[in-house]
Amino acid sequence: MAEGIIEIDESSFDTEVLKAEKPVLVDFWAPWCGPCKAIGPVIEELAGVFGDKIKIAKCNIDNNPSIPSKYGIKAIPTLIFFKEGNVVDQITGLVGKSKLEETIKKIV
Amino acid sequence: MKSADYDLVIIGGGPAGLTAGLYAARARLNVILIEKLVLGGQILVTDWIENYPGFPNGLSGVDLVQKMTEQVKRFNLNIETNEVLSLDLSEQIKKIQLNDRTITAYTIIIATGASPKKLGVSGEDAFYGRGVSFCATCDGPFFKDRIVAAVGGGDTAVQESLFLTRFAKKVYLIHRRDQLRADKILQERAFNNNKIDFIWNSVVTGIKGSNEVEKLSIKNLKSGKISDIDIDGCFIWVGITPNTKFLGDAVKLDEFGFIVANSNMQTSVEGVFTAGDVRDTPLRQLTTAEGDASIAAYSAEHYINNIK
Repeated sequence: MAEGIIEIDESSFDTEVLKAEKPVLVDFWAPWCGPCKAIGPVIEELAGVFGDKIKIAKCNIDNNPSIPSKYGIKAIPTLIFFKEGNVVDQITGLVGKSKLEETIKKIV
Repeated sequence: MKSADYDLVIIGGGPAGLTAGLYAARARLNVILIEKLVLGGQILVTDWIENYPGFPNGLSGVDLVQKMTEQVKRFNLNIETNEVLSLDLSEQIKKIQLNDRTITAYTIIIATGASPKKLGVSGEDAFYGRGVSFCATCDGPFFKDRIVAAVGGGDTAVQESLFLTRFAKKVYLIHRRDQLRADKILQERAFNNNKIDFIWNSVVTGIKGSNEVEKLSIKNLKSGKISDIDIDGCFIWVGITPNTKFLGDAVKLDEFGFIVANSNMQTSVEGVFTAGDVRDTPLRQLTTAEGDASIAAYSAEHYINNIK
């Protein structure tokens, strides 16, 4: 796992995401998903730039199926932005760095 | 003559752009490749490539992109994530407007590729990511033991439908004609797969559901009859649309928006070349994109040598 990015699972989701003090960006991914691999380095870059303002987390949906199902995720990569336990934005599919930066700046 | 920032600017980092970059870097051109999202383009979402020479067992799209990226990095290709907003080709030194600045170049290779075409029916946008998908390798596993529809009849539709049968219990393949357009070998596999049910001569007229996709409305083009089928997901592979909007009328496009080029891959503007799926070409494959791109890079190099 790259610096500034945490891996979350079903047991840590509540504390790390829903009860987090900072806004959280969760990257839902799976090892079989090509575009997820492609977006990985972009997420790592963002963690380097915005790491102090927003928590960046990855969630492997194969190992933690209950979380994506709770949020109605049927496509990956899906990025969900949480603030004080609520979903404030959601992006599905491959997007560029600028779109992600824009979204983060809006939230933090 | 005033000097430009770059000999060559390559727009797009799919197989065509990466190949052009490889050739240009090895020709020691002062080159930059601009990619808007991530390197790889459409091939990233391809589960398995079986018709790429040199890989007898096939390979995944992601693996191929990783290998191509490694290869261009070995020759120090300069790659930047940025978006090209417009081109000014009115002078010999061309101006490329990026998100944050303008750069100049003697030559440009446009390799912006294409994007999956939408059906343009109700529910398609609303249910994107909630059952509507363009990518089987991304979303197929969500439909384990479910029923899905696939729309289209070309290589992508048939190959990806076959991939979906690994997860789904049934795949309806909906095609507007009474026969497929895909490679014969793919057709044979589809006809022999008992999870695939064909719905011929039909088009989707609407995608319905409450929170997620639940039903498709399908119109039979022969009888005119519209009926609903129950499904959990709808995968759309009805062709592609070229990524040429940013060009405006900078270079000549065909009636569908693809870039017109000669056999040297030169567009209607001298010094501006194109390659890959964005070009007006009879076949869109990795191999054709790479062929186009090597010619485009070679042509760009010659053009630069002549004007400098």
